[in-house]
Formats: sequence, C-alpha cells, structure tokens
Amino acid sequence: MKVLVAVKRVVDYNVNVRVKSDQTGVETTNVKMSMNPFDEIAVEEGLRLKESGSAEELIAVSIGTGQSRETIRTALAMGADRGILVETDVAVEPLGVAKLLKAIVGKESPGLIILGKQAIDDDSNQTGQMLSAMLDWSQGTFVSKLAFEDGKTRATREVDGGLETVLLEMPSVLTVDLRLNEPRYASLPNIMKAKKKPIDTMTPEDLSVDVTPRLNTLKVVEPPPRASGVMLDSVADLVDKLKNEAKVI
Amino acid sequence: MSVLLFAEHDNAELKPATLNVVTAAATLGEVTILVAGSGCSAVAEAAAKITGITKVLIADAEVYAHGLAENVTPLLVELSKDFDYLVAPATTTGKNLMPRVAALLDVAQISDITAIESGDTFVRPIYAGNAMATVQSSDPIKVITVRTTAFEAVAPEGASAAIEEISVTDDAGKSSFVGEDLTESERPELTSAKIVISGGRGMQSGDNFQMLEQIADKLGAAVGASRAAVDAGFVPNDYQVGQTGKVVAPELYIAVGISGAIQHLAGMKDSKVIVAINKDEEAPIFQIADYGLCMDLFDAMPQLSAELDK
Ligand SMILES: Cc1cc2nc3c(=O)[nH]c(=O)nc-3n(C[C@H](O)[C@H](O)[C@H](O)COP(=O)(O)OP(=O)(O)OC[C@H]3O[C@@H](n4cnc5c(N)ncnc54)[C@H](O)[C@@H]3O)c2cc1C
Ligand SMILES: Nc1ncnc2c1ncn2[C@@H]1O[C@H](COP(=O)(O)O)[C@@H](O)[C@H]1O
Repeated sequence: MKVLVAVKRVVDYNVNVRVKSDQTGVETTNVKMSMNPFDEIAVEEGLRLKESGSAEELIAVSIGTGQSRETIRTALAMGADRGILVETDVAVEPLGVAKLLKAIVGKESPGLIILGKQAIDDDSNQTGQMLSAMLDWSQGTFVSKLAFEDGKTRATREVDGGLETVLLEMPSVLTVDLRLNEPRYASLPNIMKAKKKPIDTMTPEDLSVDVTPRLNTLKVVEPPPRASGVMLDSVADLVDKLKNEAKVI
Repeated sequence: MSVLLFAEHDNAELKPATLNVVTAAATLGEVTILVAGSGCSAVAEAAAKITGITKVLIADAEVYAHGLAENVTPLLVELSKDFDYLVAPATTTGKNLMPRVAALLDVAQISDITAIESGDTFVRPIYAGNAMATVQSSDPIKVITVRTTAFEAVAPEGASAAIEEISVTDDAGKSSFVGEDLTESERPELTSAKIVISGGRGMQSGDNFQMLEQIADKLGAAVGASRAAVDAGFVPNDYQVGQTGKVVAPELYIAVGISGAIQHLAGMKDSKVIVAINKDEEAPIFQIADYGLCMDLFDAMPQLSAELDK
C-alpha cells in the first residue's frame, strides 16, 4: 500500500503572530516557518506504517509557493520516500487543497491518506473531511490511536465527550490529533539523503483544478485587548475580589 | 432566507451547544432544526420547544445512531436544496461532518464563526485567535460551523414547532461504530460551565487534580486542563482547553500551574474574569489575568478551599 501525507508550510507555532497594519493578513516576512505540527504527526504515522510493513511507500504532498519545497524536504528527511509539490502563489483554501489532493490520488492510487486535523494558521479543520467526501472514502478524524485488522482501519478518535472508536473500510482518509505519536527528529545523515530524494513539481493547471478562493478576506485585525489586571498578595485577597469586586462567586 | 441547523445530541438529550447556535442561525433566517439519530424522538420534542425554531425535521434510523459522518452527509446534502444556510456547532461532531457536506456541494466551509456581519460576511479567529478575519462568501449556499461561546444561548422553552418525519438514507457502508469511552462527571459540562478551574503541568500528577475537583464542587465549576496535563496522563483528553481542545468562555476561569502558551490562551482568553495562580512571576498567563497570584499552588489550593468554606 502507498500512503500519502499532506504537509503544509505554516508560521511556526512558537511565533507570536502580528497582524499587518494594512489589515490584509498577518506578518510573514522574516518569520520562522515550519511544517504544521499536526502534519509532523501524520508523517511520523506514515513512517511507522512503513516500518511495520503495512505500507511500502510514503509520499509527502504540499501545496503552496516554491518555499513549500522546504517543508517537503523536512518530510523526506524524516524518512518519506518522495515528494510532490503543487506550486501556486494562490493561498489555496481547504476546498481547493482537497481537490488538488484528489487529483493526485487519481495518479498515485494510495490506500491511505493521512492529514493533520487542523492547520494552525487558518485553523479550518476541513481538508481531510472534504477529501474523504470527494473520494467517497471512509473518514477517521482527530485520530489518537490506530490499528489495522482484517483489511480495515481501527481508529480511536478524540471527541468532545472523551474517546470514540470506529472501524473504517479501506481506502481511508485519516486526520491526526496530537496524542497519536511523538514525531521523530531528522538525523543529519537523513537530512543529507533527503536532498537526493525526488520532488515532483506541478501546478493546479496541470491537474485541471480551479483553486480560485470562494471566501474573500475583507480584513484581518487583532482581537480586542484585555484590560490589564492586578497582582494580589494572598488567597484571602483573591476570594474577596472575586466576591465583592468581580462578583463572580 | 432559510437555515438548516444540525442538532447536537446523544439520542436522548439535546446538547446545550445547540441553543447557542440557534442565536447565530436566527440572525440569518428562519431556522429549521434537523435531528438525525436513532430513537431520538425525545430530542425532537425538546428541539420543537426552543425559542426561535420554526420547524423540526427528524430522521430516525439506526444508520444515524452514532452520527457517522459518512452516513449523515447524504442526508444533509439532500436537504440542502431547500436551504440557504447549513449550520452546526463547531464541536467535534460539527467539525467532523460539515466539511464533508460542503465538499459535496462544492462550496467552502466557514469554520468556527464568532460574529455575523451580514448574510454573507462572517468573523472567524485564525492563528489560534491571535487574529480575527472577516470573510465574505461568494458561494450560493453557506455551510457554517459556529463557535458556541461567542453567542448567547436562547431559551430552551417558548416555541411549539411542528415535527416532521423525513425519509432516511442508506448506510454508506464505509465505517462502523465500535465503542466509546466517555468521561462521566456530575460537574457541569466544560464548554457551558459558568466557572472553570483548570490545571497544568504544575499539578504534577492526576491525584493532585483532586484539589481542583474539591474547589470545583464548592463553586459548581467544571474542571479543565492544559495540553501538557493531558499529555502527561493526569486527566483525560476531553479536559483539554485550547486551540486544539475546547474553547471556553465562562464568567470565571481559574488557571492553576499553567504557563499560558498561546495555544492554551486560544481556548480561554474570552473568559469574563481570569485568575492565574502560578509560582513563576514571569509566566505569560499573568499578562491576560485579571487577578494574579504568584504563589505555590500546593499552598494556594488548600487555602482557597478553606477560604471558600468561610
Ligand atoms: C499544534 C499545537 C497545539 C496545541 N494545542 C494546545 C491546546 O489546545 N491547549 C493547551 O493547553 N496547549 C496546547 N499546546 C501546547 C502549548 O504550546 C503548551 O505546551 C502547553 O499549554 C503547556 O502547558 P502548561 O502550561 O500546563 O505547562 P508548562 O508550560 O510546563 O507550564 C507549567 C506552569 O506551572 C507552573 N508551576 C509549576 N509548579 C508549580 C507550583 N507548584 N505552583 C504554582 N505553579 C507551578 C510553572 O511556573 C509553569 O508556568 C499546543 C501545542 C501545539 C504545538
Ligand atoms: N496547502 C496545503 N498543503 C498541504 N497540506 C495541506 C494544505 N492545507 C491543508 N493541508 C492538510 O490538511 C490539514 C488540515 O488543514 P485545514 O483544513 O486547513 O485546517 C493539514 O494539517 C494538512 O495535512
């Protein structure tokens, strides 16, 4: 079985993002970029499937500007076999990303596709579900545990009330949650090796996919700031304030 | 304009999140509620009473018992012909389902909206709530998930809408439900509690969470946690507050032994009053706290418990 993972280049999760003064978006120049943390977990899971013999090949796909090649290189350095970059300057929405991934699935015929549950820039939490619907495949979202049995995928999902386990027919689309695994670091020799691994580059036009955004971003602003608070000296003081000033207990 | 609202329930009871979504939906148009489940007539009856509801559709069949997205999607797609908006809460149920529906309708989904500017323009947080984007949709039908804490709940009583049974769709045959491990608690539900007390890595163990539970019981509060506390196995995953956990906005949020990473703040910074208890005076959580207490939590918690008894 071939496994496809989708990896997105995003502003690093440690960066304190700043809204641009012209309200068109957030500042991304001279800002540290990384692979979306959930996608690292997706790559790690793909690698474990390879190591356990469930998968033969792991392909990392990214959609974005030419710089997304770096994100694919990171996946290759972790151990993925090859990469596919769909190069575009358009900020492709989840709907468009799902369509592009579907087109790639048409060429590669993977048995499993693993995505992050959410990209930490747009916080959409949509792409995997959209892709699964377009392919008419089964879907396991927010997965924190995974097993294969009798040609099916057994997925434990993190849901609001706790955990839910479902059995999925193959082929399947999975989106992974943080507790599924601990992603590995790429070793230096593997970083070197990754430089020789192939990355296929194509465009949305090559795949005959229209990625014109459906949502027009009118403005991006900072959230309203909180009024500054006070430091207190004692627990008694705190309880007094909560009772008599804030009146919340 | 007409809105179809996907009700969140467990076949027995309507989840309170639905009431908040009604508020958002009602500003868009006339609201019809869809109750899809198995043996869920009590839910439909409850839904029919919600203030602001004009109609309830019930799809009662085994295939919807566990809300599997592969099975519920065709139902929503079929119903979509009669509506301008399809709306659901931004819970794990809504997030699992609605993008699937949007994809089959070939429209974008608008995730986690916190405000409605007009019939096609919505506000939503991005970058863990560090920025708020105003987006305008050009799609003919709008598929939306709603951040429930951003909208007031409507009254659960007041209306008596008609309940209409609708025909059900087949089992998609893609997936099946195996089981669930849900956290049982007598305390209020995290996302709708008036007071939340959360613990972080500073708690050091699951056993120490008993200190928070004791205080929670005195305050009628829910107990939450940071990701670090969940990852360390102190408490189950459904306690997690933050960008990738639950979003809460109670009257009072008490953060104990939590440093205040942006991913945690994303889930609680809209709380009305925030208290931070941390022994490190540099902890970023103090920057957003209304009341800060720089103190060892192992001293503070027993004192707080005693003080509340006074
Ligand atoms: C993609 C991604 C998503 C994430 N999503 C979330 C999320 O949804 N929710 C979330 O919470 N995190 C999330 N995180 C993790 C987040 O970045 C932080 O790592 C996490 O919130 C830290 O938890 P903490 O504050 O409990 O632990 P720490 O940062 O280790 O802080 C512990 C605090 O406890 C204090 N302390 C220790 N002992 C005591 C004591 N005896 N008395 C008083 N204070 C004490 C310390 O001073 C310190 O400030 C996410 C991270 C990533 C990368
Ligand atoms: N531009 C992209 N390139 C590659 N993968 C993506 C892209 N956008 C989204 N994804 C994948 O879809 C997941 C969910 O993203 P989102 O729906 O935007 O929150 C991410 O974790 C990635 O695995």
